[in-house]
Amino acid sequence: MARMKFLCDADRCIECNACVTACKNEHEVPWGINRRRVVTLNDGKPGERSVSMACMHCTDAPCAAVCPVNCFYTTADAVVLHSKDICIGCGYCFYACPFGAPQYPRVGNFGSRGKMDKCTYCSGGPEPDFSTAEYEKYGSNRLAEGKLPLCAEMCSTKALLAGDGEMIAEIYKQRVIKRGYGSGAWGWKTAYRETVAI
Amino acid sequence: MRRATTLLSTLLVAVTLGVAAPAFAQNPIQADGVNPMGARPTADSVNEEFLFKQDSKIPGRISIPDQKAAILIQPQGREYQAFREGWLPWIGALVILGMIAALGAFFLFRGRIMMEHSQESGKKILRFNAFERFTHWMTASCFIILSLSGLNYIFGKRLLMPLIGPDAFGALAQWAKYSHVYLAWPFMLGVAFMFVLWIKDNIPNKIDWAWIKAGGGFIGKGHPHAARFNAGQKGVFWMVAGFGAAMSVTGLMMIFPFALTDINGMQVMQVVHSVIGIVFIAGILAHIYIGSLGMEGAYDAMGSGKVDLAWARAHHDLWVEQEQARTASGPQLKGHPAPAE
Repeated sequence: MARMKFLCDADRCIECNACVTACKNEHEVPWGINRRRVVTLNDGKPGERSVSMACMHCTDAPCAAVCPVNCFYTTADAVVLHSKDICIGCGYCFYACPFGAPQYPRVGNFGSRGKMDKCTYCSGGPEPDFSTAEYEKYGSNRLAEGKLPLCAEMCSTKALLAGDGEMIAEIYKQRVIKRGYGSGAWGWKTAYRETVAI
Repeated sequence: MRRATTLLSTLLVAVTLGVAAPAFAQNPIQADGVNPMGARPTADSVNEEFLFKQDSKIPGRISIPDQKAAILIQPQGREYQAFREGWLPWIGALVILGMIAALGAFFLFRGRIMMEHSQESGKKILRFNAFERFTHWMTASCFIILSLSGLNYIFGKRLLMPLIGPDAFGALAQWAKYSHVYLAWPFMLGVAFMFVLWIKDNIPNKIDWAWIKAGGGFIGKGHPHAARFNAGQKGVFWMVAGFGAAMSVTGLMMIFPFALTDINGMQVMQVVHSVIGIVFIAGILAHIYIGSLGMEGAYDAMGSGKVDLAWARAHHDLWVEQEQARTASGPQLKGHPAPAE
């Protein structure tokens, strides 16, 4: 099976935020929740770069480890998913996540974080594929349709790559060799404890 | 005609090039992308390695209102993971089971500390009035539920989840979380009330030092002098006040996450809250033991509020003298509260 990963080629990202918008629209993500976001580094200074970031579907995922109710599971494609039926909205996964991926709807006046929501790599949740319950809780399931995550698929500069880790690393490597520079695979060391060697 | 056009265009290109050539030399960006400063604006960029040398995490700028999302990577999440899943269960198990084992060993060695009878046995003296007892039990009942729901965050998935299954455990953990968040408020109120009620009897003094040197009467025979609260009880008071305040502050920070601190601050709050919580539970286990099973006559103080005069004379002789001097009617202090307000 494939080992699904994201790789954002920051030398191509133009901070158009279309990935963010596409994600919100595809999964009908509620107001205030951002499964994906674009962060600009060195803003306004030489060497400025923007990176599109969401759940990286880590190896030995910190969120899954610290969860007090073990609501996370990893699919055969190494995608980290969770069950909103078991999640209690404690917020620990946000403290553990190196990428700020978990999001919580505000459902009460104090201390009432709702069930956690995060990037599903466009592959739904524990409910049956394409079921209404799955769509309402987790959004659409493109992976089950044989499609990759929409954010990467529609990226206008093809900065955001999604797919099997080895394949996207190879694509990135070729780009770096051809153009002669590259700012690296952002977050890979923290998420996968390895990086793209060029 | 065609030849003339070609000649003209060639001439035009030559002229253009000739004019353009000096201008091209002045252009700061040269053909290989290197400017006169020696920098390559397209190729040179920030990278992870460089940014991690400047800061332990990578902050940036974001266009959505959620400012905590501006941090791109915070590898400290891995450290938090290592603490919560590596150290914390061991700290929790060792401290709490260690305390239970120590109390069990003490019970086997010393047994229940029995009342010593005298001619004053059977007479009662009021030790805690109704409001004091209400405050104590409000705080205590909240503490028990907060402890169990708190320990559930660490041990629930390891002990309870395999027994009752993920769905039932998820529902239980959800209610445990609600109780933890909502009962925190009466608990904080109770700690504040107890602090105000009992602080004047809990200021450490020389008598406490003598009490500690005498082993509190736990070891050997005889009772060292003690006023309303002995050094051990003062220790419990200051533990509840100190740990209660620490738990309240760190707990409020988690009820209102990111209100006052960033992601690393939240992780520290978690670590402090969990470690102090465990030590607090162990300390209160000792308090529960000595107030119930460990000592005959001690429970009455918080049960009916009235203790046996012989017991009071033995354990809190200076307080009994003070009480009797205060009231002309001697040991029969019916309806009168102890000096606590």
